[in-house]
Amino acid sequence: MNPTIYLEVVVQGVLTGLVYGLMALGLSVIFGVVRVVNFAHGEFTVAAMYAAFLLFTLFGVDPLIATVPIAIVFFGVGYGLQLALVNRFVGRAEHEQFILLVGLAIIIVNGTLLIFGADARPVRLSYGFDSFLVGPVIVDKVRLYAAAAALTVAAALFLFFRFKPTGTAIRACADNLVGAAVVGLNVRKLYALTFGLGLACVGAAGALMETIADAKPELGPVYTLIAFIIVIVGGLGSMTGALVGGVLIGISEALAGFVLAPSMKSMLSFALLILVLVLRPQGIMGRRT
Amino acid sequence: MIGSLNPRARVLLLVLLAALIAAPLVADRYLISVLILIFYFAYVGQAWNLMMGFAGQLSLGHALYVGLGGYVSALLWLKFGVGPWLGVFAAVAVAAAFGAVIGWLGFRFGIEGVYFALLTIAFAEFTRIAFDHIDYAGAAGGLFLRVDESGEWWNLRGGTLLFYYLALALAAGALVLTAFLARTRLGYQWLAVREDEEAARALGINAFRAKMMAVLISSAMTAVGGVFTAFYNNNLFPSRVFDINRSIEIILAPVVGGLGTVFGPVVGAFILTPLGEALTALTGLFGINTPGVKGAFYGLALMVIIVLKPSGIWPWLARTLRLTEHRP
Repeated sequence: MNPTIYLEVVVQGVLTGLVYGLMALGLSVIFGVVRVVNFAHGEFTVAAMYAAFLLFTLFGVDPLIATVPIAIVFFGVGYGLQLALVNRFVGRAEHEQFILLVGLAIIIVNGTLLIFGADARPVRLSYGFDSFLVGPVIVDKVRLYAAAAALTVAAALFLFFRFKPTGTAIRACADNLVGAAVVGLNVRKLYALTFGLGLACVGAAGALMETIADAKPELGPVYTLIAFIIVIVGGLGSMTGALVGGVLIGISEALAGFVLAPSMKSMLSFALLILVLVLRPQGIMGRRT
Repeated sequence: MIGSLNPRARVLLLVLLAALIAAPLVADRYLISVLILIFYFAYVGQAWNLMMGFAGQLSLGHALYVGLGGYVSALLWLKFGVGPWLGVFAAVAVAAAFGAVIGWLGFRFGIEGVYFALLTIAFAEFTRIAFDHIDYAGAAGGLFLRVDESGEWWNLRGGTLLFYYLALALAAGALVLTAFLARTRLGYQWLAVREDEEAARALGINAFRAKMMAVLISSAMTAVGGVFTAFYNNNLFPSRVFDINRSIEIILAPVVGGLGTVFGPVVGAFILTPLGEALTALTGLFGINTPGVKGAFYGLALMVIIVLKPSGIWPWLARTLRLTEHRP
């Protein structure tokens, strides 16, 4: 068989993986700072996919452009959610946080099912089937655009955390909560900001995902699990780890879907999750906490 | 815990049991089917509660044991003519073996809390996709048992009444077993490990053994529930039985009723299942076919309970109605 086809599959996996990575970045940021595991992560992603679908169908807005307003709205949702609900659960038993967010996840899945029905909701872009020829390799245009946009958002987040005073303050909360409170940081507000940023990643990733996959309610739990697999492979709380993990999972899914069967592609991811949990719980890039 | 009930509550419990035994005399088919669901969720909820509520190990993959139990017993019946009364032992053995592997991996390699929950999900999802591709077990197309109400009751081939009393017996049996286990040395070890594993170890408790026992008992009990559903529904689909939503359904009743209490799963099942059914009936009455309503309600129930009454309804109910001698 032609070896370039494998190269194409790998490239496709890398590009999809970068969007996965952006989604997982949100989970990683929230966990790294607030220490709450957002079990409704994939469900929020699917909600963002539906938002992109609505904006496209009603107003003809390209999901690539819709990424910005959706990310802003999701930031607001995350900010409010943290202040109103999640904040009371910070520091409470792990299973209580978990159940709170599982409940939220179930509401989002069934809410989208109520509003949009069980059918897949695709976005038909005019350039949906275009592709670039890079050497011998064919690269999907939508996938390339989505991956580039995902990288841009991720880079913006890196820069924010690295150079902005607020970003530094959030990192201070993650590193030493007591110290952060002692020097007078408003931890409550910074947590809300972090949850907002995490969901902004999800909003952007969801909007981009809508260009390469069709929105469906039952995708929610699938994406939640993918996000978890990625951050655990990459190391919970590590930002570069989330992107690296995303690319790894993207490649492994694309290859498994191609070599075995599309329906078996997530089997490999779950096997990988079990292996990483057993062998290296802090992930590939993560540090031991 | 049954022992902690005061005499008035014990009488109440007996009256309730008698009423449930006599219910088929007056109740119609629909009500009986709802009661069967309640007993089923009380039963599997009790099994999950042993592991999470008592031993503190969060599993979100209990659908795995339901599915394995169902598939093993159904395959034995369909391919070899081995009846479920014998097949249930094989089902329990297979599910407990999986539980042992998950527990061993989890507890030996120090996978705790959320990570352990993810491990259980990963195993359940892996198995779901695997069963989608096992042709011997019908793959994604499912496995079907011939509907047969002729009355080979010893092979679980019978009408609704058979399953009604079987489900009632299972739920009641699980209640008694939990109440018994809670009073054994193992039960107290579970509580110690749940509250503070390091302290429990320091006291000389073999935490690994205690947690393994919890997983083994819980997975074995859940597998029996799987045998029940397989023969009650007469069909099995990997995408249905192993689905993560089934695992979440299992945890609803004990969480709402009260984690780590003997009566919590029963109370939770008696509250949630009828409410969910009523909601479906109500929206159906308004002519809207809305598959999401029940699910959204269950999600809301989880959130409301965990925000307002994280210890569940039963402890509050027992206090308000003064059902227990002291604190539940």
